[in-house]
Amino acid sequence: MMDWAALLLSLKLAVLTTLLLVPLAVLLARPLAWSRFAGKGLLEALVALPLVLPPTVLGYYLLTAFASHAPIGRAYAALTGRTLVFSFDGLLLASLIFNLPFAVQPIQRAFGGIPRAAREAAWCCGLSSWRTLWRVELPLAWPGLLSAIVLTFAHTLGEFGVVLMVGGNISEQTRTVAISIYDRMQAFDESGVAAMSALLVGISFSAIGAFHLLTRRIGHHEG
Amino acid sequence: MKAEGLSVTLSQSSPIALDCTLDCAPGELLALVGPSGSGKSTVLRCIAGLQRPQNGRITCAGKTWLDKDIALPPQQRRVGMVFQSYSLLPHLSAQDNVALALWQLPRGERLEAAQAWLARVHLHGLGERRPGELSGGQQQRVALARALARAVGDATQPTVLLLDEPFSAVDQVTRRKLQQELARLRRELSIPIVLVTHDLDEARMLADRMVLLHRGVGLQSGPPEEIMTRPRNAAVARLTGLNNLFEGIVGGRAADGMILLEWQGLHLEVHGDQDFAAGTRVCWVVPPEGVRLHRRGRPYPNEGSNQVTGSIEDKLVLGPFTHVTLRPARGGPPLAFSLPSHIAEQDAITPGAEATVTLLPRAIQLMPWEG
Repeated sequence: MMDWAALLLSLKLAVLTTLLLVPLAVLLARPLAWSRFAGKGLLEALVALPLVLPPTVLGYYLLTAFASHAPIGRAYAALTGRTLVFSFDGLLLASLIFNLPFAVQPIQRAFGGIPRAAREAAWCCGLSSWRTLWRVELPLAWPGLLSAIVLTFAHTLGEFGVVLMVGGNISEQTRTVAISIYDRMQAFDESGVAAMSALLVGISFSAIGAFHLLTRRIGHHEG
Repeated sequence: MKAEGLSVTLSQSSPIALDCTLDCAPGELLALVGPSGSGKSTVLRCIAGLQRPQNGRITCAGKTWLDKDIALPPQQRRVGMVFQSYSLLPHLSAQDNVALALWQLPRGERLEAAQAWLARVHLHGLGERRPGELSGGQQQRVALARALARAVGDATQPTVLLLDEPFSAVDQVTRRKLQQELARLRRELSIPIVLVTHDLDEARMLADRMVLLHRGVGLQSGPPEEIMTRPRNAAVARLTGLNNLFEGIVGGRAADGMILLEWQGLHLEVHGDQDFAAGTRVCWVVPPEGVRLHRRGRPYPNEGSNQVTGSIEDKLVLGPFTHVTLRPARGGPPLAFSLPSHIAEQDAITPGAEATVTLLPRAIQLMPWEG
């Protein structure tokens, strides 16, 4: 019936991806929103690339890069003693990469919408850059952050192609709920597929519903 | 250079040219006046540390904020700034906006201090509201309270209050009220205050001294009254809206010390200490207040000198005052002046009518000639 281990793994992957990626996306999105620098267009294109690449293509390149003889895979093995290919670590790293546009783009738009004068007012009040980030920028960019959180979380839950290419299908390690559903379908376990699919729809729908409720409340609050 | 006040020298060639010097003593209100695009906001932003000029030196109360290899960030300059559009933070209540400038105080004291500042700008009981729930005038007061909290909060630090067109976004009734309140409030402040405005009347009402800025260059500084009646050159006269700008030739000095000015065959007497050699070609200006109409049927005192006769070219009734232009009979460009509307009516001042005016010798200002 239900593959609870796969669901738990998916949730773990989604939560970790969100927790790690959103702060990273804030760091990346601020200069993209406010500064001009050489290579900015290239960086933006790279961030957007996972949106348009077929997941299998992205997965193939990640798999190649993660291999134990490739630089990234070798460096990771030297650092941690673990491999990236067909492991949860590799899955998490791949997940961080294929979710980049879903986290960076809404946050970049949100930061871009903060008037420069708001930050200048904070500086003139004596607030350091760090304090300005917490007291002014993040509260004003909150809808964008929320959007990034929900999109990253929901998208990680549903990702199939990249996960299959990079993680394979190892129970309790890399078999996420999406993979498990595919697995069950091939084994003609239709009731299992139906149950898990329904649960996934429920979780994703609740996440997006909660997001809409929260942003509406914020909008209401700000008047 | 006053060590205790604010002293600013800026120069740069791009992105916009700047070349100006200004000093502002503690308790003094200095107006930075100029048309839009004259660089006055840029000067203010340089003082606040939001922009760094190519060259410059800024000191405040003996502390250097900007020099060749010093450029303190805005956080380290104690600047209370009222932005043109107020820049209140929309997610914070009025009192939290003010409290933001008091973040160095212990948490418990912050709110109380913020409320005290709001009370000071007559905003009792509105502290909980967000900027979106306040009128334009109320938002302006919150911005002023926030700037004051930052600038006056700590008496041990060199501070300055900067106001960037603070009254430009409110209706005229509110503007008058806020201007009066600022005039009252500033008497209690003993820090330099720099006000950026394009409104000459506002500068005249509020400022002790003003600096007239044009294309980034400081053209003249001094009391507003002086700049508006004694322009240093024709450019200043034009910028302050003095239309009675003419050319003449200095004819020497009369026995009584008056300078004689040859203009359209007339020998105008000028009461002034300017030192122009006889035969020098000059520009001269006379403010509308210095043009006196001879009333019909009444003798004019001191008959004889500086009389210009001509025909009324145009008349424009603007409420209680009427603006009149007189085309001199001897030729030359028209003279503009204004008089109470009831007098214009009594004396039948209408286009085509003959009229005589006297140019007050004390009001005429001679300036270097420019081609």
